[in-house]
Amino acid sequence: MTSIREFALPDVGEGLTEAEILRWLVQPGDVVAVNDMIVEIETAKAAVELPSPFAGTIVELKVQPGDVVAVGTPIVGIETVAAAEAPSRQAVLVGYGVREESTPSRRRRGRRGTDVDETAAAPADEPAPAVAVSAAASEASPGVVKAKPPVRHLARELGVDLNRIIATGLHGEVTREDVRSAAGSGAPPAAPSRQAPRDERIAVHGVHRAMAEAMAHSARTAPQVTEWVDVEMTRANQAVARLREAWQGDGVRVTLLTLVATGLIRAVQAHPLTNAAWVDEGPALQMRGAVNMGIAADTPRGLLVPVVKDAGALSLRQLAGAIQGLVDDAREGRSTPADLTGGTVSVTNIGVFGIDGGTPLLPPGQSAILAMGRVVERPWVVEGVVVSRPVMQLTLTFDHRVMDGATGSKVLRAVADFLADPALELLVDSR
Amino acid sequence: MVDALLGSAVQLLTPEGERVEHPDFDITLTDAELRSLYRDMVLVRRLDAEATALQRQGEIGLWASSLGQEAAQVGSAHSLRSSDYAFPTYRDHGVSWCRGVQPMEILAMFRGITNGGWDPIARRCSLYTIVIGNQVLHAAGYAMGVQLDGADEAVIVYFGDGATDEGDVNEAFVLGADYQLPLVYFCENNQWAISSPRDRFNRAPLYQRAAGFGFPGVRVDGNDILAVMAVTRMALDRARSGGGPTLVEAFTYRMGAHTTSDDPTRYRHAEDLEIWRLRDPIERLKVYLARNGMADRSYFDQVDHEAADLAVLVRDGVRAMAAPAPETMFDHVYVDPTAELVAQRAGLIAYEESFAEGLTA
Repeated sequence: MTSIREFALPDVGEGLTEAEILRWLVQPGDVVAVNDMIVEIETAKAAVELPSPFAGTIVELKVQPGDVVAVGTPIVGIETVAAAEAPSRQAVLVGYGVREESTPSRRRRGRRGTDVDETAAAPADEPAPAVAVSAAASEASPGVVKAKPPVRHLARELGVDLNRIIATGLHGEVTREDVRSAAGSGAPPAAPSRQAPRDERIAVHGVHRAMAEAMAHSARTAPQVTEWVDVEMTRANQAVARLREAWQGDGVRVTLLTLVATGLIRAVQAHPLTNAAWVDEGPALQMRGAVNMGIAADTPRGLLVPVVKDAGALSLRQLAGAIQGLVDDAREGRSTPADLTGGTVSVTNIGVFGIDGGTPLLPPGQSAILAMGRVVERPWVVEGVVVSRPVMQLTLTFDHRVMDGATGSKVLRAVADFLADPALELLVDSR
Repeated sequence: MVDALLGSAVQLLTPEGERVEHPDFDITLTDAELRSLYRDMVLVRRLDAEATALQRQGEIGLWASSLGQEAAQVGSAHSLRSSDYAFPTYRDHGVSWCRGVQPMEILAMFRGITNGGWDPIARRCSLYTIVIGNQVLHAAGYAMGVQLDGADEAVIVYFGDGATDEGDVNEAFVLGADYQLPLVYFCENNQWAISSPRDRFNRAPLYQRAAGFGFPGVRVDGNDILAVMAVTRMALDRARSGGGPTLVEAFTYRMGAHTTSDDPTRYRHAEDLEIWRLRDPIERLKVYLARNGMADRSYFDQVDHEAADLAVLVRDGVRAMAAPAPETMFDHVYVDPTAELVAQRAGLIAYEESFAEGLTA
């Protein structure tokens, strides 16, 4: 005989309340042994893999990658051969009470003779999640109704919704008698609530929290100036197309980002302050020899900024490969801590979102960030005639403690000039 | 890199399982004793792996892994006489195992259903101390008692490299030196104080600190169980014969996370693990046993089976562990409970029972 067992999300840290599902390592139909890894999750503290507590066949994945799941929520159903494993039992962890949805038999206990009916028809061995939902819903507003835990327990046993009881307690709390009389008077039982939109507070952690802290710090500490310029991109587009053609089949992915990064590296090398960092102690400027270029990447986990180390020492081809590798790693969640730190200057591509331009905020410890907008056909005046040309807006945010307006303008102008005619710039440079 | 750091460490068995000589230390063990060392290390490692999995399944609240430190723990604990007394940290599952503490007793504490886990007097092994370095002072105090009693007994206390920065540990060093206590300070230098690497806070090799306090310090290859035993036996003999304390620095590596709440991939490189995997304490003894005909395939298979059985025992045992009644929290506060506590206990019981009221009323 087989039965379906559920594995509830455990607290893998000390007092964590939720975790994000990163990816499933199994699919329905897969056979697993005890302690085979089945899912990777990320908590506020760590990304960890969870081993299966049961041997059996995966029948259902109850949550999806990206879901943030409360501790105690069933995440997977596993069909096990009866008696092969000891009965499932939810841990009573330090600081936690006994979870209500521990086992089906427990859940049904005491429900006899009551008017909670949504599980009455449920097969004996099948878990009844609807009950857990309704119980949770009736408890969802504990701040509104005052009642002691034993009274709440009684209300749940009798199927009485605390929200619909008139409280007669000395301090406005619902008493045991209130619950009993409500049950006797046939007051409406707790109904499963609809998932209506509601106000709620959601904890911020992981990549999102890191972003929030970094940006708030940046906005508080650095006086940031933003300048922008439109660039006619005909030649830059041609250069990208030519390079793609030339390196076709080598697996090197040249994009406009590669060219923009190249332009910025050249500008930084011509204006070393762009690569400097402000130091409060002194005060002083921390000059940095290597150009470590951060590439802002939109990943499934949120905004990550992998860093191309010593980008100034790379050829265009190496740079393209390095960006490609780092961004792929970031999107696949393979970035190491070293990949994500040590940047001295950054590029962000908001054009991919269909945006013309914007004012990026400086990553902490950096003095310049360049944003590239989308390339779009616009009216462009050439020798007195309005013609249609591909145009991109470049935006540079820089730290005004480190650079004055003249320097920042030169940096942005240098990138714009490079993109307006990359081949010419490279030839001029190779004199 | 590791070899350079180990330069001064006592070693009797190389990572390749070759027996080598040392001018000052040697050990002779029977084949049966060697096999039992191997068996204990394998079983402790399996216990550790199963406990880690049980934490990930929500069955225990926390686990501190001993992975990689089996030789340091099992070797030193095997050097003790049954009358000696050990003060372990929360990571020393190999020590408590060798002192006869049952796996269920260890896991009950990590499941949060007991305040201790075992009878420290019966096991001659104190309860795990969670406060870093605190047990070193306890051990010094206990050793003072041994000295006053004139007992033929040695005391060993375990702590990590990070704990050597604690005031408690340094105070205990002072006490040990001043009173020439029958005490062995056994430092498992596993290279990591949670996420802080060894070289961040150990400017000088740890064993050299002993000289400043006035007692000898020895660094031993902590993944070489023979060397660990030879050095620990010498230190225990010194303690019993009135020679005073010794600091033993077992140079090893924490292969797992600090605890199950920690994610070491955020601060250390996988290549470090690869280096230390080649220095594995169990593998080198296995090679030594096999190469010298002291154990054969059937013996290793038998130990593996034992380990698998242990895992099932641990898994089923932990899942079956019931939470104690809440009022038992009052049981060990005082030998003779105060009136106030008696009243609190009665109040708690009445409250718990009130959950059952109503349906029957």
